[in-house]
Amino acid sequence: MAQTVTIDPITRIEGHAKITIHLDDQGIVRDARLHITQFRGFEKLCEGRRFTEMPALTARICGICPVSHLIASGKACDALLAVRIPETAEKLRRILNLAQIVQSHALSFFHLSSPDFLLGMDADPAKRNLVGVIQTNPQMARDGIRLRQFGQQIIEWLAGKRIHPSWIVPGGVAQPLSPEKREQMLAGIPEAIDITQRAIEWFRSIIPQFSEEAQTFANFPSLFLGLVTETGALEHYDGVLRVVDSAGNVIADKLDPNDYQEYIGEAVEPWTYLKFPYYKPIGYPEGIYRVGPLARLNLIDRCGTPLADEAWAEFRLLERGAVLSSFYYHYARLIEILYALERIQQLLNEPDILDTHVQAMAGPNRSEGIGVAEAPRGTLIHHYRIDKDGLITWANLIIATGHNNLAMNRGILQAAKHFIKGDRIQEGMLNRVEAVIRCFDPCLSCSTHAVGQMPLHIQLLSPTGEVLDEVRR
Amino acid sequence: MDGPVRVKTLKIDDRDVSGREDETILQVARQNGIFIPTLCFLEGLTPIGACRLCLVEVKGVSRLLPACVTRVEEGMEVYTQTERLQKYRRMVLELLFSERNHICSVCVVNGHCELQSMAQILGMTHVSVPYRFPRLPVDASHERFVVDHNRCILCTRCVRVCDEIEGAHTWDVMGRGIDCRVITDLNQPWGESETCTTCGKCVNVCPTGALFEKGRPVSERMKRRRFLPYLTMMREERR
Repeated sequence: MAQTVTIDPITRIEGHAKITIHLDDQGIVRDARLHITQFRGFEKLCEGRRFTEMPALTARICGICPVSHLIASGKACDALLAVRIPETAEKLRRILNLAQIVQSHALSFFHLSSPDFLLGMDADPAKRNLVGVIQTNPQMARDGIRLRQFGQQIIEWLAGKRIHPSWIVPGGVAQPLSPEKREQMLAGIPEAIDITQRAIEWFRSIIPQFSEEAQTFANFPSLFLGLVTETGALEHYDGVLRVVDSAGNVIADKLDPNDYQEYIGEAVEPWTYLKFPYYKPIGYPEGIYRVGPLARLNLIDRCGTPLADEAWAEFRLLERGAVLSSFYYHYARLIEILYALERIQQLLNEPDILDTHVQAMAGPNRSEGIGVAEAPRGTLIHHYRIDKDGLITWANLIIATGHNNLAMNRGILQAAKHFIKGDRIQEGMLNRVEAVIRCFDPCLSCSTHAVGQMPLHIQLLSPTGEVLDEVRR
Repeated sequence: MDGPVRVKTLKIDDRDVSGREDETILQVARQNGIFIPTLCFLEGLTPIGACRLCLVEVKGVSRLLPACVTRVEEGMEVYTQTERLQKYRRMVLELLFSERNHICSVCVVNGHCELQSMAQILGMTHVSVPYRFPRLPVDASHERFVVDHNRCILCTRCVRVCDEIEGAHTWDVMGRGIDCRVITDLNQPWGESETCTTCGKCVNVCPTGALFEKGRPVSERMKRRRFLPYLTMMREERR
């Protein structure tokens, strides 16, 4: 008899989602789907508000990456003002964005995913969490907490508070950087770099133990999309969009982010609230692409900082062409942390970083504005239209996790087919299916959830909806 | 005023205090460092007793009296912090919060708002009545200022300052009950108002984020109100 296995909710991700695995009469996996079960409606509730409120309003979309929304929204507002912001303001925004990448990647790697690597995919779920990491490898737990704290601390020093700061404003930033804060930031960087290099070394050492996961965790050909600099280096704040194929060939380069609607379409499916963006020239659903750390490292010709460039060169040796296994998102995250720390150091040493002219003043001059930046999880697009008084009439937001929707769905199907056989469902198998989703570090909601607190509810359903078996933890 | 001003002695919260006969309970309480919460009251503007936060109990009087418009009387015994008053004050705040869309986290005056601080001071931890979530407009037609009716508590400070201090009377009130709203001129867009002098007094006396200046983002708006006592004092001296 055909059956459906439901994993609801998925644990150790940011947000609410469930997975259904559809078995056929022989108990073979036929289909698997990721359902995003929450609905927010931000685009609608922004309508009628003044555009100057948009950075603060859209930052509330997320408690993990409010900074990313502040950046993309700030840039969209700059476009409405039709100004180029002061150089120092741009550099300070860059530092904030990089600090956000450090803290968010550290959260994803150490707090949410390291339990799987350290304790194993089959370990007891009661121990497979951050507390388990503290017991097994206290040094790693300390490192993770320290690194995330450093990222958050930079955000607080720059913007006044760690979560939902209101420092990014249309036209620049609200306050300049003080010399004392600059010294404090510079002083913390060497330790953070040490931690990151230690983690990269450790991750490299465990890759052989996870070869089965690396082969089956959303490991398939797809396109990759993201921002790069004009000269092809790693970029998170500005730049141009590039698309590469699975062989690593650049198929589109120097795309103007303002024209995103020409090459990104959004499809809707009735069983999830999350839309499916796709690469328009290829169509839906074949135009599947991935964004985020893995995509960014596949797109670039180099990182642009010495230590990260070394780590990146070794990373690209994993596979010929683009690195296709989503398992390596974790690896890519660590390399990006290294890059971010080095880059923050460079920016803090720029001669004009303490300049006090940090905001361009102007009223609304254009009726439409687009802001594109790289969030920790990938390309983030904010697009607004305003009336003559500066009130929002229409808004479109494409969040990084959305871009990866097609890939996440294909990824769980691949893992389910490999790890789930027959009607017997084992804990470690389900965790692997969840772990595929965790590779993408999807940010589905607005807040951090307590690690390991969420109960996992699995139901085995007959085609008529009858509960055949049930497991709770 | 004819004749000498008389002094009245009374008790506020069991403390012996005295005030001139033309002074209100609120004035005498503040002179003696006794806290009575207010929202619609602002030093320098005519008190109207609208918000009901300054309600006090007076011995021998069965109803509650607004301290901002009640004159002191000889032998009065006033209580400002009884359990009944605290309960009513919290309820007044809950009703204000539920009536319109007071979303502090994304409000321009977050951290500098009198409604928000009053809720903190009076211990309003939650709203027990359902929120109404009305759909209210934002008027950003004025060159420098914005009125966001979502954040308005109808204290009418803007109406009074515009009329009594600036003398323009651009602001007024329209409608009754739940449909009540502050308007500029004859309910025209603020930007089209012919009487508005763009002085900004209304923006600076507004206790919430209902009136704010363009160009300042969320929680960056500090209201500057020190001009008000000076203006009032200067005018009285000239008379």
